[in-house]
Amino acid sequence: MSIDSLWFVIVVMMFAVYAVLDGFNFGTGMVYMFVARTDRERQLVMKAIGPVWKGNEVWLIAGGGVLFLAFPKAFAAGFSGFYLALNLVLWLLILRGLSIPLRSHFQNPLWRDFWDAIFASASLLLAMIFGAAVGNIIRGVSLAADGYFFAPLWTTFMPGDTPGIIDWFTMLVGVLTIAILAVHGANYLAIKTDAAIRSRALQIAVVGMRTVTVLALVVSCVLPFVQPALQHNYDTHPIGYMFPATAASLLIAALYGRRRWRDGLIFLIWTLFILTVLGSMAWGLFPNLLIATADPTHSLTIDNAAASPYGLQVGVVWFSVGISLVIAYTCWVYLLGFRGKVDR
Amino acid sequence: MTSALFYDRLQFAVTAIFHYLFPQLTMGLALLIVYLKSRAYWANDAHYNTAAHFWITIFALSFAFGVVTGIPLEFQFGMNWAKFSAFAGGVIGQTLAMEGVFAFFLESTFLGILLYGKKFSPLLHWLATVMLLLGSWLSGFFIIATNAWMQHPVDYVVHHDGTVHVKSLWGLLTNPWLGWQFAHVMTAAVATGSFVMAAVGAYYLLSKIHVDSAKTFLRTGIVAGAAASLLLLFPTGHHVALQVFEHQPIKGAAFEGHFYTEAGADLVLLGQPNMDTLTIDNPLVAPQMLSFIIHKHFGAEIKGLTDFPRDQWPDTMPLLYYTYHIMVGLGTIFMAIMLTAVTLLWRGRLFRTKWMLWMIMLVAPFPYIATTAGWMTAELGRQPWLVYGLFRTAEGNSPLVGSGNVLFSLLGFLGLYLLLGLLFLFLFCERVSHGPVVDGARSLNSSVE
Ligand code: HDD
Ligand code: HEM
Ligand code: HEM
Repeated sequence: MSIDSLWFVIVVMMFAVYAVLDGFNFGTGMVYMFVARTDRERQLVMKAIGPVWKGNEVWLIAGGGVLFLAFPKAFAAGFSGFYLALNLVLWLLILRGLSIPLRSHFQNPLWRDFWDAIFASASLLLAMIFGAAVGNIIRGVSLAADGYFFAPLWTTFMPGDTPGIIDWFTMLVGVLTIAILAVHGANYLAIKTDAAIRSRALQIAVVGMRTVTVLALVVSCVLPFVQPALQHNYDTHPIGYMFPATAASLLIAALYGRRRWRDGLIFLIWTLFILTVLGSMAWGLFPNLLIATADPTHSLTIDNAAASPYGLQVGVVWFSVGISLVIAYTCWVYLLGFRGKVDR
Repeated sequence: MTSALFYDRLQFAVTAIFHYLFPQLTMGLALLIVYLKSRAYWANDAHYNTAAHFWITIFALSFAFGVVTGIPLEFQFGMNWAKFSAFAGGVIGQTLAMEGVFAFFLESTFLGILLYGKKFSPLLHWLATVMLLLGSWLSGFFIIATNAWMQHPVDYVVHHDGTVHVKSLWGLLTNPWLGWQFAHVMTAAVATGSFVMAAVGAYYLLSKIHVDSAKTFLRTGIVAGAAASLLLLFPTGHHVALQVFEHQPIKGAAFEGHFYTEAGADLVLLGQPNMDTLTIDNPLVAPQMLSFIIHKHFGAEIKGLTDFPRDQWPDTMPLLYYTYHIMVGLGTIFMAIMLTAVTLLWRGRLFRTKWMLWMIMLVAPFPYIATTAGWMTAELGRQPWLVYGLFRTAEGNSPLVGSGNVLFSLLGFLGLYLLLGLLFLFLFCERVSHGPVVDGARSLNSSVE
């Protein structure tokens, strides 16, 4: 594997881990108001994500840094092109990031209701936008010859040559993402809580999984029309079908097992489901980072966007050391102190 | 003055200044917390444990605001400064990614232990404070390494497409500019942390509440604050000034208000730069001192601003001059206050000297002003370059993000940050008025329960 491809894999892994880890925080936020009704219940739910949500968010920041390191031009084009959507992301991340620690500062019910509402709505909107972002990456953007684009929030709501950030396809992916992450959050809460909260979370998970099944079918059907280019790698390397096939089996397993198997196992299955869905997408995307809608030669790929070989090589060295350390102490901390159900 | 570039610059300035209000407190407090916690753990002293826990809750508050305001900065490199990111990503991508991988994970994980880890042993809690110190100072190191390269680019190669790439990672991390800049910035952070700690102590003592804690806070804050104030001037401040004059003579001449090349240059203490006559109005100067400070020789020649092409002058010269003089002026005042306070402490009179306690309480916001002024000096003085001597700011912003869209986001940030600032002050005051509680458990978990 070339060093550029290796960094493609690393970048995808960083964002995939982010999706899994912060995903259950977003999911928790979405289902929060429904599964936790009293203040005591809400405190428990907050305690379930309290020690970890911050570390989970760092995967986004580190992922952004890694993208910047490996493919500066893609970082520059993508972040400036999605300028409007990313500003919304930033403001929502700010609000969510404050709502979690701040709600507990006062006993006052108005104060708590206020931050609860912020937490829930910011989580929902963030999931929607991140989902739409995935939709945009699949569909492609209107890259010009100089390697830049600017996407308005919407144009015609159709995925054509000059699409906006929002069209019917990216909305669809956004809604699918909401459903997937809501289930993810509910699964996480099922592990971390018991009694009333857990049973409400289970209900949501079951309904959510059915919704995901329907939406995922729809998206798979329209995908070849929206972005035929994704098919290419599957034709040349059919081994890639492993990803969607595994994803489908995991989805079926989760549907079957949700009320039968242990919560931990279901959480693991759903985690792998998210990873394989993203894997399927990455398989089709490679070696593109951003596909140009109008003229494919304008696409940003790992070849025309990569940093210098020396930078990438030395980066692999320190990155391996650094990320191993992170994984080691994160696992250690989780296992030592934050295992099991939360209680008062 | 309403081009996209103008708004891009204003937005970066606003968001960076606002962000930096929080990390400087966390980085400074981290050191003091390790001290308190070490006394608590190794001398088994419950009083120090309570003190440490109180400051950990303040740390956590400032940290939360630091984190949420830091993300926009990283994103803005791509969002507003796309051309610059494409140009320099091959170099600064390294240090920014290292910051994420080596520092941010560390901080978040170990803060989680301090706030939620009731199941962990006291030794681990002590270790977690050390890790917080390490993590937050590493963040500082990597971001300063990034900035140092923009001030003084080293160890890069230029590719055929005009972009720059790192030639030696080691060289990037041992940039000669970096050492003194890092030392100066971290000393300033310790100043902020200790001034705030001392101020809270003074407030308690004057209000006659939490008197025991108050004395600990005052002692710790004043000793650390005095040391930091001295170190800010010498050697760190002196050496950053020296390297500015060596590598960025235009910036140096501009912030000193030194217009004409001369031997035996005066040091301008007060006065307003007059951009029409290129002189200082009603100047108050220390004769030949500038030559002496920079070259250790009263007769040495120092190049003046008028010797350089005008298109290389920082485009906000008077502002630059003021911010520099504000920083140095405040630094002088800090030294005077803190040295007096230490003398009183040493004589055993500090806790009875009311006017001094008032002074300590009221001076706490000023380190924030000094650091902001210092950053404006460094960054405005770097203009018109984004990467000094290599890449102009005017070429760095995103080509397709129009001024209307940047104004939109700028207004959004202004509004949001105004609210956040008020919110932080409100919560900080609430925390302080609640005070350090003897029952460690409440203060330990109170910020998250
Ligand atoms: C409490 C805050 C504080 C105080 C009292 C001082 N400084 Fe400072 N200074 C900073 C906080 C700071 C800073 C925020 O940390 C800066 C901004 C950028 C940087 O690298 O450090 C800085 C930058 C900075 C620069 C610009 C470096 C550049 O352009 O890259 C110079 C020349 C000095 N300082 C010199 C001094 C001197 C001679 C001081 C005499 C007392 C002094 N500073 C006090
Ligand atoms: C937190 C402390 C910092 C403050 C308060 C600060 C302040 C400023 C200010 C006032 C400007 C506007 C300059 C102008 O428009 O004339 C600016 C610009 C900028 N700074 Fe900083 N800065 C800080 C740290 C950094 C660091 C660590 C970096 C690099 C990693 C950096 C990178 C930039 C960039 C890219 C710009 C935009 C281009 C420009 O106008 O020069 N800043 N900053
Ligand atoms: C202008 C360039 C800057 C960028 C791009 C930047 C980026 C960031 C980001 C993304 C975070 C959030 C990290 C997390 O989630 O844990 C953060 C927090 C932090 N930053 Fe910055 N930052 C900048 C300037 C600075 C400066 C100049 C310093 C100190 C010298 C600094 C020190 C810190 C620290 C210590 C934190 C941890 C949070 C805290 O302690 O408040 N940053 N920064």
